[in-house]
Amino acid sequence: MSATRAYDPHRKWEPRAAPKPGEGGRTSAMIASLAAEGYETVSAPFGHALVAEAEKNDRIVGLTADLAKYTDLHIFAEAFPGRFYQMGMAEQVMISAAAGMAREGFIPFATTYAVFASRRAYDFIAMAIAEEYLPVKIVCALPGLTTGYGPSHQATEDLAIFRGLPNLTIVDPCDAIDVAEAVPAIAAHPGPVYMRLPRGKVASVIRRHCPDYKFELGKAKLLRDGKDAIVIASGFMTMRALDAAEELERGGISVAVLHCPTIKPLDTETILAEARKGERLVVTAENHTRVGGLGEAVASTLLTNGVTPTFRMIGLPDQFLDAGALPALHDRYGISTIAMMDQIRSWL
Amino acid sequence: MTSQSPAVQLSNVSLARRAWEIRRKAVRMGEVQGQGYVGQGLGIADVLAASYFHALTYRPEEPEWEGRDRFLLSIGHYAIALYAALIEAGILPEQELETYGTDDSRLPMSGMAAYTPGMEITGGSLGQGLGIGVGMALGLKAKKNPAFVYNLMSDGELGEGSTWEAAMSAAHHRLDNLVCIVDFNDQQADGKSTETLSAEPLVDKWAAFGWHVQRVDGNDMSALVAAFDAARVCAERKPRVIICDTVMCKGVPFLEAREITHFVRVEADEWQKALAALDANRPE
Repeated sequence: MSATRAYDPHRKWEPRAAPKPGEGGRTSAMIASLAAEGYETVSAPFGHALVAEAEKNDRIVGLTADLAKYTDLHIFAEAFPGRFYQMGMAEQVMISAAAGMAREGFIPFATTYAVFASRRAYDFIAMAIAEEYLPVKIVCALPGLTTGYGPSHQATEDLAIFRGLPNLTIVDPCDAIDVAEAVPAIAAHPGPVYMRLPRGKVASVIRRHCPDYKFELGKAKLLRDGKDAIVIASGFMTMRALDAAEELERGGISVAVLHCPTIKPLDTETILAEARKGERLVVTAENHTRVGGLGEAVASTLLTNGVTPTFRMIGLPDQFLDAGALPALHDRYGISTIAMMDQIRSWL
Repeated sequence: MTSQSPAVQLSNVSLARRAWEIRRKAVRMGEVQGQGYVGQGLGIADVLAASYFHALTYRPEEPEWEGRDRFLLSIGHYAIALYAALIEAGILPEQELETYGTDDSRLPMSGMAAYTPGMEITGGSLGQGLGIGVGMALGLKAKKNPAFVYNLMSDGELGEGSTWEAAMSAAHHRLDNLVCIVDFNDQQADGKSTETLSAEPLVDKWAAFGWHVQRVDGNDMSALVAAFDAARVCAERKPRVIICDTVMCKGVPFLEAREITHFVRVEADEWQKALAALDANRPE
């Protein structure tokens, strides 16, 4: 497909050949786990963490816009049916109602897909929640390129949309541990939070590489050190960065990985300290358009503080992306492990 | 009815006089800025008087008292009228009227919760209040708090899809503690609401959405009191809506007669004339 897909009333439609036997089976469905082979996975870490937190805190309630099962909130709904609110396919009233419940003293966790929260409900998040610094936690599945359904479901610009919103804390967790530890952290945070959600069978990655790792809201953590390059990553791109760094090490390239699960407020202190170390190439890696996400946030931090290493960004192009099978799309748009390794090698 | 604050219950000031006081204060605020949504303020004064001096329970000295009925101003630009009502109710001091819309004022032109005691929500992005009201009504029920939520919205807000999401949600969740007041003055920014994007037949629409519906003359105090009472005591497990047909600039005949727009033009020398027109008809 072309990069722009402009409307053309005279376009010629061409049929596609069916896959040859044994070559089919790559699906655009949303169920594929992002975990690489060999990673252990945890089922619905968000739902279980929320239940654990809700057992301790009776102010927590859950709302969804017809996507409980698809945001792992069904686990909470089963455990606390009286504290679960099915709002139907109506994101604007879900967000408004979450604001109203927060006004009445509750800590609402409201779930939908990232596209719907960021595009459809934005004004409601801005005015009913963020402007008032209400403790609503908006937790959204399918962030960035985590579905092959095409632009209707691919929230490739959610971070760009939300980064401009004052008062809002933004979290992009990597794995099941991150999610499980982020839930109590964001519940305890007094203000509003947008969290991107890895859902379903979620890989447990970081502690395999870094056993002492703990999620801390607002903190970036160095997961491995390296002398040639440092990758500053969030979300599942941290997993990709760890895998890429391991592979590159075999080829004699030493890559550090700084995991930055809180996009806003950004841990500028740690980022600046790491970027100042040695003569390393600094690379950002995000499951998001290169416009307005982690990469530009880091670039702005470096430049405004007079830190000017060689700097590159790995992220999605400024396009509406194709539908298709996720592994193919991740390769095509440069966010697979292999694509990441190729890019880092080419920049060294 | 057990719904008045004790101070108001004991008062012998008539509701008509309260409405007149609200109108007068709104005009005085308009004069401070030389502009303002005074047409809407004059039109809604009777509804606010019925709300704050008949329907609502609250403690003027404790605007965030947990037992209060919540009054949400979805239409932020009607703040001029709500400030007048909050002053009349003793929640805001009268001298602050002089600060309306000025720097550092607690009375900004569009109502915001963080600025003003008694202002429950930030309105102004139209179509949000009813949804917030749904959440507050759900929250009150979860807390077993018997208070009511009143949401005041405009006919223009009926054009927002979010209003109907909220309407459907309120009925689905059987929010019989939620009262929506629609100010139907048939005027929005670009002209008559019925000609801009008509929401009629409005009674049928709300009823079809599962609401207990009343439509009254919103400048008829007896009708308003009866409607507020009926909304409160109705035994049906439904949210309640009171559609109030109001007249812009009500109470100031020379402004009522002017070509009415969303933003009524008042010349510098006319503010005093408007006050004089009100003073000529001061109710007891």
